[in-house]
Amino acid sequence: MNANVTAVPGHRHSEASEIHEQRELGFWLYLMSDAILFALLFMTYGIMVGNTAGGPTGKQLFSLNNAALETALLLISSTTFGFASLSSRQGNRSAVLGWLAITFLLGAGFVFLEIREFLGMIRAGAGPDRSGFLSAFFTLVGTHGTHVSVGLIWILILSGQVALKGLSLPVTSRLFRLGLFWHFLDIAWVGIFSVVYLPGLL
Amino acid sequence: MERHGLASYLIGFVLAVILTAVPFWLVYTHTLPPSRIMWIIAGAAVLQIVVHLHFFLHVNFTTTPKENLLAISFTAILIFLMVGGSLWIMIDLHQRMAI
Repeated sequence: MNANVTAVPGHRHSEASEIHEQRELGFWLYLMSDAILFALLFMTYGIMVGNTAGGPTGKQLFSLNNAALETALLLISSTTFGFASLSSRQGNRSAVLGWLAITFLLGAGFVFLEIREFLGMIRAGAGPDRSGFLSAFFTLVGTHGTHVSVGLIWILILSGQVALKGLSLPVTSRLFRLGLFWHFLDIAWVGIFSVVYLPGLL
Repeated sequence: MERHGLASYLIGFVLAVILTAVPFWLVYTHTLPPSRIMWIIAGAAVLQIVVHLHFFLHVNFTTTPKENLLAISFTAILIFLMVGGSLWIMIDLHQRMAI
C-alpha cells in the first residue's frame, strides 16, 4: 500500500504505521457503506417527493437563502479542515487546534440552521408525519445532520487529544480519518442541495 | 507531499464555489427553462463530487491505494444497481397506475 495519501508520517515503514494504514482502509470501507446508505435515502426521497398527501410542497417550505448559507458554512468548514490537516503534517499543534476550532464553529452554525429550519417546518404543521414527502425529507436531511453532529463531537474529542497528547502517530492518524469523514459529509450535502433544495424550489 | 498541499485545497474550494454558485443563481433568477436548469444542477453536482473527491479526499489514480479505488468502484456499481433499479421499477409502476 502506498502511504502518500495518509497524513501519518509513514516514511519509516514501521509496524505502527502499517496498522494505521489498515485502519484507514477500514474507515474507507465504512464511508463507502455510508455512501450506499445515503444513496438509498436519496432514492427514497426521489420516489416520495411527489407524495405530498395534499400537504405543503418543497416550493412552499424550502428557503433558498437558508440552503445557500448552510452550503457555504459546510464548504468553508471542509476547507478549514483541510488547513488543519496541512498544519498537522507540518507538526504545528496550535494551528491544528485553531483550524479545528474554526471548523467546529462553522459545523455548529450549520447544525443550528438545520435545527431552526426543522423546528420552523414542524411548527407550521409540516413535520415528518404530515406526508410521505416530508417523512423522506426529514429522514434524508436528518441523517446527514446527525452525521455532522457526530462529527462535531468527534472534533471536540480529537481537539482534546491534540492538546493533551500532541501530534503523535495515533492522533494524526485519527485526525486523518476524521478528515475523510468531514469531507465525505460535504459530498453528501452536495447531493442534498442538488436533489432536495434546488429542484424543490425550481 | 506537496501534491496535497495548500494549493489543492484552495483550487478545490474555488471550483466548488463556482459549481455551487451557478445552480443556486439559476434557481434564484430562473433565467432558463426549468428542464434545462435541472440538467445543469445535475451536471454541476456530479462535477462538484468529482472536485471534492480529487481535491479534498485526494482520490486519484497514482497515490490512492488500489484497495480504496476498488471499494469506490464496487460502491458505485452497487449504488447504480440499487438506485437505478428501484427508480426504474417505481417510475414504471407510477406510469402504469396513472393509466
